[in-house]
This record gives sequence, C-alpha cells and structure tokens, in this order.
Amino acid sequence: MIELNWDWTFVWQVLPMILSAAKVTLLATFLGSLLAICVGLIFALLRRGSSKTVRVTVYWLMEFIRSTPLLVQIFFLYYVMPEFGLSMSPLMTGVIALGVHYGAYLSEVFRSGIEGVDKGQWEASRALNLTSFDTYKDIILPQAIRPMIPATGNYIIAMFKETPQLSAITLLEMLQVAKIIGSENFRYLEPFTLVGILYLVFSVLAAYGIHQIEKRFPKEGFSLK
Amino acid sequence: MEFGEIVSVLLQGAIVTIKIVAMALPLAAFMAFTFGLVRLYAPAPFKQLSILYIEFFRGTSALIQLYWIYFVLPFFGLSIDAMTAGVIALGLNIGAYGTEVVRGAIQAVPKGQYEASVALNFTSSQRLLRIILPQALVNMIPPFGNLAIELVKATSLVSLITIADLTFKAKSLADMTLQVGEIFVVVLVLYFAMAQCLSLFFRYLEKRLSRGLGRGGMN
Amino acid sequence: MSQPIIEFKNVQKRFGDTTIFDDFSFKVEENEIVSIIGPSGSGKSTLLRILMTLEGIDGGYINVAGESLWHMLWNDRYVPASNKHLHKMREQLGMVFQHFNLFPHMTVKRNITEAPMRVKGLSRQDAEESAEALLELVGLADKAESYPNDLSGGQKQRVGIARALAMRPAILLLDEITSALDPELVDEVLDVIRNLAKEQSFTMLLVTHEMYFAREISDRVCFFDKGKIVEEGVPEDIFSAPREERTQAFLNAYLGQ
Ligand SMILES: Nc1ncnc2c1ncn2[C@@H]1O[C@H](COP(=O)(O)OP(=O)(O)OP(=O)(O)O)[C@@H](O)[C@H]1O
Ligand SMILES: [Mg+2]
Repeated sequence: MIELNWDWTFVWQVLPMILSAAKVTLLATFLGSLLAICVGLIFALLRRGSSKTVRVTVYWLMEFIRSTPLLVQIFFLYYVMPEFGLSMSPLMTGVIALGVHYGAYLSEVFRSGIEGVDKGQWEASRALNLTSFDTYKDIILPQAIRPMIPATGNYIIAMFKETPQLSAITLLEMLQVAKIIGSENFRYLEPFTLVGILYLVFSVLAAYGIHQIEKRFPKEGFSLK
Repeated sequence: MEFGEIVSVLLQGAIVTIKIVAMALPLAAFMAFTFGLVRLYAPAPFKQLSILYIEFFRGTSALIQLYWIYFVLPFFGLSIDAMTAGVIALGLNIGAYGTEVVRGAIQAVPKGQYEASVALNFTSSQRLLRIILPQALVNMIPPFGNLAIELVKATSLVSLITIADLTFKAKSLADMTLQVGEIFVVVLVLYFAMAQCLSLFFRYLEKRLSRGLGRGGMN
Repeated sequence: MSQPIIEFKNVQKRFGDTTIFDDFSFKVEENEIVSIIGPSGSGKSTLLRILMTLEGIDGGYINVAGESLWHMLWNDRYVPASNKHLHKMREQLGMVFQHFNLFPHMTVKRNITEAPMRVKGLSRQDAEESAEALLELVGLADKAESYPNDLSGGQKQRVGIARALAMRPAILLLDEITSALDPELVDEVLDVIRNLAKEQSFTMLLVTHEMYFAREISDRVCFFDKGKIVEEGVPEDIFSAPREERTQAFLNAYLGQ
C-alpha cells in the first residue's frame, strides 16, 4: 500500500530539481514570445498588404495553424525538419512551434489593434507625405500598442501554460522533470502538485506584471526614439 | 507503407479523437453551466467554490491536470483508465473556460430584460429559464464554438497517456516508417477538417438561434 | 372617501451616499391619473421603480391597495417582505418602460401571452384571445407574429403597453414611455394612453416630459424636485398658475416661454 499523505521531506528533496527546470520553461516562454511577436506582426502586416492573394493565403495559413493542435505541430517540426537536413535541439523546436502557433493568434490581436487606430491618423499622415513605413513606426504603432497589451499578455500566459507539451519531445522542462522524478520514486503526488502550483504562481505573477506594463504606457501613445 | 494504409490507420485514430470530443464536450458544457450559474446566483460559499474551480483549471495547464488525474489519483485509491482520465481532464479544463462564457453571456443580457420580467411577475426561475437564458444562449454560441475547437486541439494531449488517438497513431507511424512528411500533413489536415466542421456547425447554430434577435438595438 | 390605493409614508431611499427620498409621503386615489413632472435626477423613475419592486427602500412604509408593499406582518411585527409577498403584491402593478424592454426572442403575441400563461395560469386559448383583443386596442392586430426587432419604436411601445395590460394590473406605471421615440411616433403611443384614460378604470402613475399630454389627461399633476413634491394640483392650476418659483422656472424652460 502506497502512502497517501503528503511527504514534506520528499517535497524539499525534489523542489530544487523542479525549480531548476523552471529555467528551461521560462527560457522557452521568453524566446517563444519574442518569436510570436515577430511572426504576429509580420502576419498582421501581410494581412493588411495590397495583394489579395497574399491576404487570403495568410488568412487561411493562420486559420490552419490556430485550429490544429500545438502538440502535433511540435511533432511535425521534430520529425519532419530533420528530413530537410534541419536538426534542431528540442528547445529550438519547441520555441519555433510556440512562436509560430501563438504568432498566428497574436496577428489577430495586432491587426485589430492597428485597425483600432483612428482612420484620420492615416489620412493625416498621408497629407504630411509620410512613407507608409514611417506612418506605421511613428504614428500608428505607438497608438496601437497600449490597447494590444492585455490580449498579447494573455496569449503569452497561455503559451507559458502550454510549455509542458514540450516534454513530449524530451525537453527537460518542469513537467518532464516531475514525471521522471515520479516514475523513479513511484510517487507522483508531490512532483505534479508542485509543478501545478508553480504554474499557478507564475501565471498570477505574469498577469500582475502585464497589468503594470499596461499602466506604464501612456494612454495617448508615445514616440519611438 | 502505402499512402492508403497510412490514411486508414490515421482515420482509426481520428475516430478515437472524435469519441473523446463527443464525451468531453457534454461534460464541459455541464460544468460551464453549473458553475457559471453558481458563480452568478448561488450563496457566497458556493460562489467561492466555483471561483476556485475556475482559477485552478485556468491557471494550470491541461497537460498537468491530465497527468495529475491519471498518475496521482491512483495513489488515493482512485484508479481510472486512461480514457476516463482524458475525458475528465479535458471536460473540466474546457468547462472552466466555458464557465466564464456562460457568466459573460448572461451578464450581457440587458438589465431591462430582467426588469421587465420582474414587472410581469415571473418567478426567479422563470426569469432565468424563459427570459434571460434564451437570449444569453445566442451570445454563448460563438465563444462555445471556439472552445469546442480548443477541445479538439487539446484531445491530442491524451496521446501522452497512451490513448491511441489521432496524434498517437501519427507518432507511432512516424517512429515506424520514414514517410513522416506525408503522415503529419494528413494528420494536420484531419484536425483542420474537424475544426472547420465544428466551426460551420456553430455558425449554423448561431443563425438558427438568433431568429428574432438580429439587428440588436432597443427592444 | 375611500382609502388611497397607493400611499408612501415617510419613505427614505438612498443610493450609497446620495439621498433620493428623505421622509417622502405621497398618496394616489383609486382610478386617479397622476402625472409626475420635474427635472432630471429628481427621483421620478426611482418612485416608480420602488412601486414596481425594482428598488428597495431604506425607511418608511408603502401601502398598495391596503397592504404593505415592502413589509409583511409576521408574528404581529412588520418584517421585510419575502419574495412570495412581493410576488403577490406585484399582481396589482404593471409597468411600461422607457426603452420598451420587449423580449426579443419572442413574437409580439408571445410577449403578451407569456406572463398571463406562466404567471396567472391562463390557458393558451384565453391568453391568445386576450392578446388579440389588446393588439386590436393598440392598433397592431396585424403584427402578432412579428418579432420586436421588426417593429418601429412606436409599435414596440404599443406592444409594451399591451403586454403590461395583459396582466390586468390595477395600477399602471408609465416611465417616460415616449422619450426614446422619434417625434413623429410619439402621438400613436399617447393616443393609446388617451383611450385608456377615458375608460377611467385604472390608476395611472406616469412620469412624462410631454407637458401638453400631462395637462390633457391627468387628474392631478405633481411637480418633483430633489426628491420632494414641490407643488401639486389639478393640471389647470399647475400649468396656468404655478405658485412656486421652481415650478415656474421649470415650466418656462420646458414650454419655451
Ligand atoms: N442604481 C442607482 N445607483 C446609484 N444612483 C442611482 C441609481 N438609480 C438612480 N440613481 C440616482 O438617483 C437619482 C434619481 O434618479 P431617477 O432616475 O429617479 O431620476 P429621474 O427623475 O427619473 O430623472 P430623469 O428625468 O433623468 O429620468 C439620480 O441622481 C440618479 O443618478
Ligand atoms: Mg427617469
């Protein structure tokens, strides 16, 4: 009969291992977010481009990425990329999968953020003869960013919560480490519960952080230096 | 392996995936309505319970919940098979998100509708069932459609607890053969097709239910 | 004289720190038509909403048809009303709203028959017959199967009136029922009320900004300001010879003289 009660000695023994795996989780989230923001921005701009073919293609590509499972996309990269001679570490593979998957979500946020900027701003910029690059950089984006922060933040938290899926391609993130500890000790209660709590704590902290960032951005926009 | 053979193996997996969706979806809907209504109308301790459920399942990830139910519950003497664990974990997870959909949709029904139903002397359950919910239901359809698609996507996680769903079949085929490209393209297309079907279905549902509700504005 | 059908005694009403009514007393006789006029924020809607049990009170008593509205007798003491008591009291009351508040997911006929069937237990046939008669009365016999969203504002409000009448209330509360309407649609709604008023078998309490209408149909007009009745009397007196300065100022601003 296996003990039912919570074993604190075991907790203190495994906590350091899980915490050190948290670094991998956070790194994957951080790199994944950067990539997602780039991908999202590029998709958003392509969807506002002048070519209809490009707009339609990008729309369906994003729809496709968003409505298929992240886990399958992770496996796809993991198995198929080497066929093209691209061998990547589990971390790299995971970051790309997270970045592209959430980039597809973020592009919608960015697109509606950009479209939320008053039409008059475009007209005024045209009247001032700004190039469309300068218009985006100096006029549109600075005004669009603040309203986009909450949704972007929520997607980044969502991405963070999906990092355990990277354990499927043997990345040693928190859940994978917990699983290994669990199978070695025949005790899953503490490791899995700890991981759950850590995710909860990080999510709450991140939500607070995003709220702080949002407050920092002035409502009326800002200018890029 | 021949392409036809690959497709037929994958289709078997797809059927398992559909089965899981078909079982988890009603559970999710049940949780969403129960806890959504509790959160809005029940006395404080039940409300807190509902908040706890929502925050817990939305704050941690589906895979952790799945592992917890599958690996940890047996330690409490609750041994459940992989399939049940999968359905419960996904149903509870999506249900937690659904709770907020139910709550938001009910709150989005204009206050005047409540006031009119008080003025007409409906009882509180009649108000909810005959006046508020029918209107809220229409608001719920699009976000529920999105959640159903999220559920289909999340079912892929059960492959990690040895259920032979679409993702599991794909992975084992990929380990066995060299046609990884074909396999994963077919798998992705199958998932996409399921999502599109759901999306069409929910759009149809929305149209059917919103009869009379269109155009919006004051009533 | 018989006992008043509505009586407010020393009623208090607050929203947080703002006091709307402080020691407010007011009476309406059976079958009397009373118009309430006054500036925005003076508590006119709040008065009707308290009667319709949409807002509670913080002090005092209200009697409706001889029974306490917000309190009930329990072991010889008055205690706050239960839902059951409120349910019983609401049988006397009907309300027509400024923004109609029709049920958008029901046809016009269902809007009118739903409550009589579910609340009063009328048979479908009886409820539909009465709904048809009411739709005839408000001139919308041909709209029974339409949905509210397919109607004009004036038509919606006439359905709103029919819906309230279907419950056969002794007291009808009307809160600015034409304020949300385009000017050309106001008369079709007021005509319905004019016809009702002629029958004189209702008690009506109406808040309105249509001064000519108030003058024409009321037995009594009350001028409200800051939660108090500043002046009240027969329409002739209030509109032609207001005694209070505030009433004069208000009427001048409204009638543009
Ligand atoms: N639910 C509420 N919470 C807080 N304050 C309220 C609420 N309802 C009304 N008030 C306040 O009570 C006061 C009286 O409101 P009421 O709606 O009765 O005025 P009114 O005379 O009907 O005005 P109007 O002519 O604009 O309709 C107003 O100052 C209003 O802001
Ligand atoms: Mg008012």
